[in-house]
Amino acid sequence: MPIFIDRRLNPKDKSLGNRQRFLHRVRADLKRSVQEQIRAGKIADADGAHAVSLPAKRTSEPRFRDAGDSGRRHHVLPGNKHFAPGDRMPKPDRGGGSGSGSSPGLDASEDDFRFVLSREEVLDLFFEDLALPDMVKLNLKEIVAFKPRRAGFSASGSPTNINIARTMRNSYGRRIALQRPKREEIEAILRELARIEADEPGAARADVAALRAELDRLERRRRVISFVDPVDIRFNRFDAQPQPNANAVMFCLMDVSGSMGEREKDLAKRFFVLLHLFLKRRYDRTDIVFIRHTHMAQEVDEDTFFFSMQSGGTVVSTALEEMQRIIAQRYPSREWNIYAAQASDGDNLATDSRHCLRLMDGEIMRLCQYFAYVEIIDERESEIFGSTDNGTSLWRAYLTVKERWPNFGMSRIARAADIYPVFRHLFTRQPAQQRK
Amino acid sequence: MARQAPRSDLLFSGSDWNFATLSHAYDVIEAVAKEELRLDVYPVQMEIISSEQMLDAYSSIGMPLMYRHWSFGKHFLRQELLYRKAGRGLAYEVVINSNPCIVYLMEENTMALQALVTAHAALGHNHFFKNNYLFQQWADASAILGYLDFAKGFIARCEERHGIAAVEAILDAAHALMEQGVFRYRRPPRLSSERHREGLRERLEYEERSYNDLWRTVPRLVDDAKPDESGASIAERKNALKLPEENLLYFLEKNSLILQPWQREILRIVRVIAQYFYPQRQTQVMNEGCATFVHYTIMNSLFDRGRISEGAMLEILRNHSNVIFQPAFDDPRFSGINPYALGLDMMQDIQRIVTEPTAEDRDWFPEIAGTGDWRTILLDAWANHRDESFIRQYLSPALIRKWRLFLLSDAANDSFYSVASIHNERGYASIRTALAQKYDIGASHTDIQVVDVDLLGQRHLRLQHKVNDGILLESAGCDATLRHVHELWGYEVSLEGVDAQTGVTVFERSSRQLAGSP
Repeated sequence: MPIFIDRRLNPKDKSLGNRQRFLHRVRADLKRSVQEQIRAGKIADADGAHAVSLPAKRTSEPRFRDAGDSGRRHHVLPGNKHFAPGDRMPKPDRGGGSGSGSSPGLDASEDDFRFVLSREEVLDLFFEDLALPDMVKLNLKEIVAFKPRRAGFSASGSPTNINIARTMRNSYGRRIALQRPKREEIEAILRELARIEADEPGAARADVAALRAELDRLERRRRVISFVDPVDIRFNRFDAQPQPNANAVMFCLMDVSGSMGEREKDLAKRFFVLLHLFLKRRYDRTDIVFIRHTHMAQEVDEDTFFFSMQSGGTVVSTALEEMQRIIAQRYPSREWNIYAAQASDGDNLATDSRHCLRLMDGEIMRLCQYFAYVEIIDERESEIFGSTDNGTSLWRAYLTVKERWPNFGMSRIARAADIYPVFRHLFTRQPAQQRK
Repeated sequence: MARQAPRSDLLFSGSDWNFATLSHAYDVIEAVAKEELRLDVYPVQMEIISSEQMLDAYSSIGMPLMYRHWSFGKHFLRQELLYRKAGRGLAYEVVINSNPCIVYLMEENTMALQALVTAHAALGHNHFFKNNYLFQQWADASAILGYLDFAKGFIARCEERHGIAAVEAILDAAHALMEQGVFRYRRPPRLSSERHREGLRERLEYEERSYNDLWRTVPRLVDDAKPDESGASIAERKNALKLPEENLLYFLEKNSLILQPWQREILRIVRVIAQYFYPQRQTQVMNEGCATFVHYTIMNSLFDRGRISEGAMLEILRNHSNVIFQPAFDDPRFSGINPYALGLDMMQDIQRIVTEPTAEDRDWFPEIAGTGDWRTILLDAWANHRDESFIRQYLSPALIRKWRLFLLSDAANDSFYSVASIHNERGYASIRTALAQKYDIGASHTDIQVVDVDLLGQRHLRLQHKVNDGILLESAGCDATLRHVHELWGYEVSLEGVDAQTGVTVFERSSRQLAGSP
């Protein structure tokens, strides 16, 4: 008779600790691998599971092993069909098909270690040390945004919240229970006394004395048992109900004018996709508004934003005006944390750049938590402009904005490889954002 | 048997199982095993687990208790990936050599499979563990679970006290030397009892508590050139080193000058576990062959007695034939010789030789051919052999022909393999010898020993690798492992490759040459 033990209800995941140790050990490699993949490949694909392979040497457990390519050895194999002693069989090429079955006994080399990271894990690794700036306001807002909701009654509260009906009902119940003398009873006794006094003054002393005693008792009771006692009082009770508030709205502004070639659009696109992923990751609810502009601006959906071919002249301020209009219409800045990112090649009319400056100074920067401007420039220009403040009229205009507003960031992108560092530069968690 | 079956003679019907059926099936199967095969087993403890738990058990080398280490997590992820992609099914069972013998049954199995696993693991493996001389001498079945419990707790405490990274570094190094952490020729001491270990640990803790740093600053009598060593103690220690030593982990644990007591204890834990698994590595073919032979015989016997329905028997046979599938060498599925198949075939072949021998068998196996009592012969073989000796003794020409075995010789600098022997009169002996050789762990494992340590001067630790047939060490793994030895030893370590036949030095590596070593 064996002993049976049912272990099915035991906690599984006994090896969880081991898996965590393993992931911890290879975390740096995983991170590099994920970032490499996203930088090199299509950014839009970042939003999914990734097969990550780690080089075998990072996860291998070394030991003294025989080298496969040395020495003399013998192999015993099953399934001889036509060989006779002395026959020769060519060796397969190095690294060739081991599946041919004719490379017996060679030590199987350890493959790179591959496993699939889920979308969450990929993004966690990717965005590990990034955050939108000025998270403080957002957090406060999340905590502060409560709406009171009635939730029954309580025995304590502020006088403004006294519920009279409920209080009086309690007091009435208490008066009945404690048999507080009613006014009619006292009046009846008084009337009786008055009648006796009137009928025969000085007569029936005992009667009168009894009535007077009764009257005394009743009046004393009325004094002791109050009409409304503190224990009767009930207050309306309110629960602070957290208000689901849409946390953030992201405005994506992009120049799609003729001067924006395929390369520039592609870089801008990548920047926005990154931003898009980042927002989806960081906030429970984020709205994203796509505005593209030529000489006129228009709000579009995501597909049109990234893939439409429309083109025309350049008036940057139209996009800002469109943004302002949408904020006024749908995103009151009291309720929304507003972020904006603008991508452009900086090509703009000088007069319009001054107009942009006015718009930014006038209202937009006050509404926004953060405004990031990325300028997409030629690779050759990057050597010239990389470190200087010179640039296009828009760049110079925005430099002024930058001086005045701490919540404004600007940077230049020339290659796909720049996107991520710039993104980090613009969105790296800042120790203490000093608002003006 | 038949007389005690009240309503139906069938042990079970349908594929569902419950504890009553499992228990009844075990009793019947055990009775058959004792009556027909005269098996002798440890008491059995059956544990029902789910498939996730099977994955867990799998990734901690099959043991129910194991300390934490990242490599087990890596195995888990690999197994899980294979399992999810359906690239590999899970094993139906895991069995642990302990007393009582622990058998894991997966809840997903059908009743027919549970019966198969019961016969295979709870009786076949169990009998082998209990009776084979290697297990009896080398692995301590009654103490292993207690020891693992201690090891797990000890390592967890070390992690708390010294940090996960420090413990991991020691474990990594110890794991790298696991194969060199086994006594192959002398029997290791029995595992000490729980109380004994407790006492040791208390003493250690007392020493740690009562340690006074003041004593370290007391001026020494010996001069600075020879720190820590007086003339007498050098001679004493060199004597005590008992060089050469094949068990590197043991040597480092006892003699390394830089290890803390807790680090030594961790080396010891890894060494004890390596030693525990050493018999299993030497008896793969026999162990699996024995279990497969047992389940095949018992299931057929139950079927003959009408205790198992035809449907269930078909399911059992299908699983059985999956397990013993042996593709030919040119089949894409070929990945070496299947120990289940070879073991079962050899045992059935012995049965045949004993009961219906041919003239050839009488020539080859005069002692056993035609004696008729195959049970005794098999019980004796199970008890007294390991893979190497079993094959050397019992692989018959008939089986070599059946398997169409042939021998390839392979020299690294030739561009071809040449066929040395095939399954004919002239080839039987050499094929048998070559196959036995392949299963001889003593011959096939890389032979690395501590040959000298210069305790007087640089404390240079010299290792020697005996190069057999010109087979060298794979260089990247060799360097990484040397680095680990260096971590544990703390001073220079060198490895010299010496040709086993000629005694000529073939190569030499030293921790000084290794890039990135401190």
